[in-house]
Amino acid sequence: MSAAATTSPKGWDSPLRRGLMLFAAMFLVVVAVGVAQGTASMLLILVQATAFALIALGLNIQWGYGGLFNFAIMGFLMVGGASTVFLSYPVNAAFWDSEGPMMLGRALLAFLAGLVLVLLARQSHRIGLRGKAKTTLVVLAWIAGYIIYRSQIDPAAAYIESTAGFIGGLGLHPVLGWAFGGLVSAVIAFFIGKISLGLRTDYLAIATIGISEILRALIKNMDWLTRGTMTVSPMPWPTPLPQQLQAWGSSIPESFMLARVWFLVLATIVLIAAFIIVERAYGGPWGRMMRAIRDNHIAASSMGKDVTGRQLELFIFGSVLMGIGGAILATFTQIFDPSGYQPINHTFMVWVMVIVGGAGNNWGVVLGAFLIYIVWIISDPLAQLIFLNLSSLTESIGWGAIPEIDSRSLQMRVFVLGVVITIALRYAPKGLIPEVVRREG
Amino acid sequence: MDELIFFINRVLISGTVLGSIYALGAVGVTLIFGILRFAHFAHGDMMTMGAFVAFVLAAALTAMGIVTPLPMGFVVLPLAMIITAVLALGLDKGFYAPLRERGARPVTLLIASIGVTLMIQGLTRLIFGSGTRTFFESESKDIFRIDMSWAGGSRPISITEPQIIMFVVTALIVVALHLFLTRSRLGKAMRAMADNAALAQVSGINTALVVRVTWVIAGALACVAGTMLALDVALMPDLAFNIVLPIFAAAIVGGLGHAYGAIVGGFLIAFAETMAVFNWTAVLRPLNGILPEGMALPANLAVVPTEYKLTVAFVILVITLLVRPTGIFKGAST
Amino acid sequence: MPLIELKHVVGGYGGAPILNGVNMAIEASDIGVIVGPNGAGKSTTLKAIFGLLRVTGGTIDFGGENIANSLPDKLVPKGLSFVPQEKNVFTSMTVEENLEMGAFTRSDDFRPTMDWVYGMFPVLAEKRRQPAGELSGGQRQMVAMGRALMSKPKLLMLDEPSAGLSPRYVIEIFETIVRVNKEGVGILMVEQNARQALAFASKGFVLAQGQNRFTGTGPELIADPEVAKSFLGG
Ligand SMILES: Nc1ncnc2c1ncn2[C@@H]1O[C@H](COP(=O)(O)OP(=O)(O)OP(=O)(O)O)[C@@H](O)[C@H]1O
Ligand SMILES: [Mg+2]
Repeated sequence: MSAAATTSPKGWDSPLRRGLMLFAAMFLVVVAVGVAQGTASMLLILVQATAFALIALGLNIQWGYGGLFNFAIMGFLMVGGASTVFLSYPVNAAFWDSEGPMMLGRALLAFLAGLVLVLLARQSHRIGLRGKAKTTLVVLAWIAGYIIYRSQIDPAAAYIESTAGFIGGLGLHPVLGWAFGGLVSAVIAFFIGKISLGLRTDYLAIATIGISEILRALIKNMDWLTRGTMTVSPMPWPTPLPQQLQAWGSSIPESFMLARVWFLVLATIVLIAAFIIVERAYGGPWGRMMRAIRDNHIAASSMGKDVTGRQLELFIFGSVLMGIGGAILATFTQIFDPSGYQPINHTFMVWVMVIVGGAGNNWGVVLGAFLIYIVWIISDPLAQLIFLNLSSLTESIGWGAIPEIDSRSLQMRVFVLGVVITIALRYAPKGLIPEVVRREG
Repeated sequence: MDELIFFINRVLISGTVLGSIYALGAVGVTLIFGILRFAHFAHGDMMTMGAFVAFVLAAALTAMGIVTPLPMGFVVLPLAMIITAVLALGLDKGFYAPLRERGARPVTLLIASIGVTLMIQGLTRLIFGSGTRTFFESESKDIFRIDMSWAGGSRPISITEPQIIMFVVTALIVVALHLFLTRSRLGKAMRAMADNAALAQVSGINTALVVRVTWVIAGALACVAGTMLALDVALMPDLAFNIVLPIFAAAIVGGLGHAYGAIVGGFLIAFAETMAVFNWTAVLRPLNGILPEGMALPANLAVVPTEYKLTVAFVILVITLLVRPTGIFKGAST
Repeated sequence: MPLIELKHVVGGYGGAPILNGVNMAIEASDIGVIVGPNGAGKSTTLKAIFGLLRVTGGTIDFGGENIANSLPDKLVPKGLSFVPQEKNVFTSMTVEENLEMGAFTRSDDFRPTMDWVYGMFPVLAEKRRQPAGELSGGQRQMVAMGRALMSKPKLLMLDEPSAGLSPRYVIEIFETIVRVNKEGVGILMVEQNARQALAFASKGFVLAQGQNRFTGTGPELIADPEVAKSFLGG
């Protein structure tokens, strides 16, 4: 790269040319993976990378456009996954025929009652309560609401778990499930944003990682809703499954390829649609305002711009893409397993994608997503290769074989991810395709 | 009486152990924030790293056939602290210092610390595998049972030897830290730099030295905290990663940049957590005798289910940020 | 040979230079006062001497060597001290600890210096155990000066020591500065209370747009009708 930079600095400085060359390079990498690992696994990687590109776009909106730190990506992916389970998984008749729906209804009422209590307590200044007295009342209302809710939800949860297992889904089309994933993420993002967007960056980072962990704990332990660690599978696909294709006369290898191609087409359509919407919005007056806010917080607010409101929009918008991406991932793998979500795989990896690709540049972020996902996937077999060779070496000189090569190689990718982001921060802090600084006015 | 003993065993002792661990971790976080102004996200992994250093040393000594009256984990602690401190210095030199020299914003350093997290996690698992290990493979955990029959208790207060040593070590460290920060020139310089870095520089304080000392202390304390966690529970590569939220909550609740605040915050969070998941029925059961028929206490009366223990630290954190963002003690703001 | 001599100093904060050739010379017995309009580069001159920004041209001779671009932890032991205009005390630390920080670079016994400082500012001796953040503005300024004196400087630089003080304190601070100077410490200070400060200045510099406009003794500058008209408000 440095050689190219010295021979034709002009060419490299042109962002378009640089971008095209990097995308071409990525295409070559994809083809190489296809040759080495077979087309079917290449397709698998591509579908997941597409979903991650969507998620990374979401983070780019938040961090690249808005300068909003979000460590809760994993949480939103889980929310997206759980939402699509609820909407698209087949109906569980055992649940609907039982007392379950009634009990859940009561729990919902209890929840609303608690909510009303809290809201009333917050209005208590109207009856003359102020200061300490009001605070005490609000706290008491929170406690009372919590107890009321727990008194209804605990038996309901226990009952459902012991009879129907979990509430099952609504049996709707998976694409609706994806949309629902986006919607639920939006609602959650609204509340998170309301509480935390005013915070300083480091506080925001900690607050969002906490939220992410809480979402995980909830989804993992609300067995009545998500089946928790027992996992939900198989999730229906929006496109034909390999089994269906086989029934229609495809051979087995062909069916896998074809099914993944169809899924990839659908995922790509979603990505392209999101990309166009994001680019359009950012190119317009809305985007200009966003940049003004990010680059000069104080000036923007003194110009009468509603900074927090705009930031909330960004946060919600980005989270929607994360939710949809999470839903696509869950649908594609056909299994929703709350224990499978890890901050490393689902939060930090997306950060690496955005930083390496180029925060603030959608092309860069998409490139980064594909590149990092491929690096992530191929680190494992590469490490295995290295370890196997090392192992035969140590064996031949009498040190014995390296134990647990499989699980160790799997960890290699975590290390590689760390090395990649470190190098990026050090030598290309603006990413592979840096943000194009637009001159305003 | 048995209820009280149960409470002591389950809340007082576990809370103090957890509090010691949180406090020592949070002190590191808060010092690094005070001096370098960034949230060192990889602190939990520095704790894991320290625990593994201690583990390797302990295993090596045991393999050499050395037997000590104290648990091996504590015997090797001083050496492990030194090694971890050196590693912490290395982390700074390799990954943070170059960014600072470039004038990078604190948030870039925060992102860099994610990279460090990933590298440490990857490496520890690469070397040690993902399994769980324990310091007590060859030696046993001595348990002291304080007989309480004189007070009418049928069960003893039980406390393990490592737990007792932990209390002692934590107390020693807190006192040493206090003396360092209030009596020594370097400790005062550290407080000065946390208070006003520009003025510290103008006063001729060797800020590079202060930064190094900060990493040494943070690394050494992370080693102690990590090892104690490993001694009390078990040693896992993702051990301390799960602890990063309570630690930061402790540091923020205590006021970022404020060492004593971090200690108080650590114990506060730890006790809040232990008491929140504690089954109060176990203590309040005698009330069943006076409560009217049909109003008996439920079998499990915990404020939050154990699975949601993490939410406690988070809720305290959020309340602090909303009500008093500078923490209990006024921390270094902005 | 002067204690410190600036020759054609050029420097800035990375963009266009703010100082475009500043010249100054101060003897150990001098009180030098820099005056000039806002944004003239007065504070920047002091910061340039103290290594807080990049000097790109000219020389700063102090104690027989060019100290341009040396950092404070090297300059303080050489006998240079600086009191910034704002945030010049460690608010969370006690008065005594503030003074100790001023002596950070010293390895000898600094108790006598501390007694000397307390002798100069008796009110600080009373409040030695109080956090500096709890003091009044004037007392803080004393802590800041005391801190700077703890390194036993040959040259003490002050940026607007009288800013924000009541007239009574302004006089007190100026009197203290003269007293410090009498004890053999050269002074270089920036002042907005120009007339008052120039009145006791043995060297006065009028700075505008990063360059010297007028140089002379304080009283000379006050007497100069042009200086009075353009820079001292008539
Ligand atoms: N940290 C900085 N970074 C960039 N530019 C600066 C910085 N500090 C000051 N400047 C610029 O340098 C110029 C001179 O500033 P300086 O503070 O030296 O003025 P001054 O003469 O002390 O004015 P005043 O009387 O207002 O204190 C100003 O134009 C100012 O905008
Ligand atoms: Mg000034």
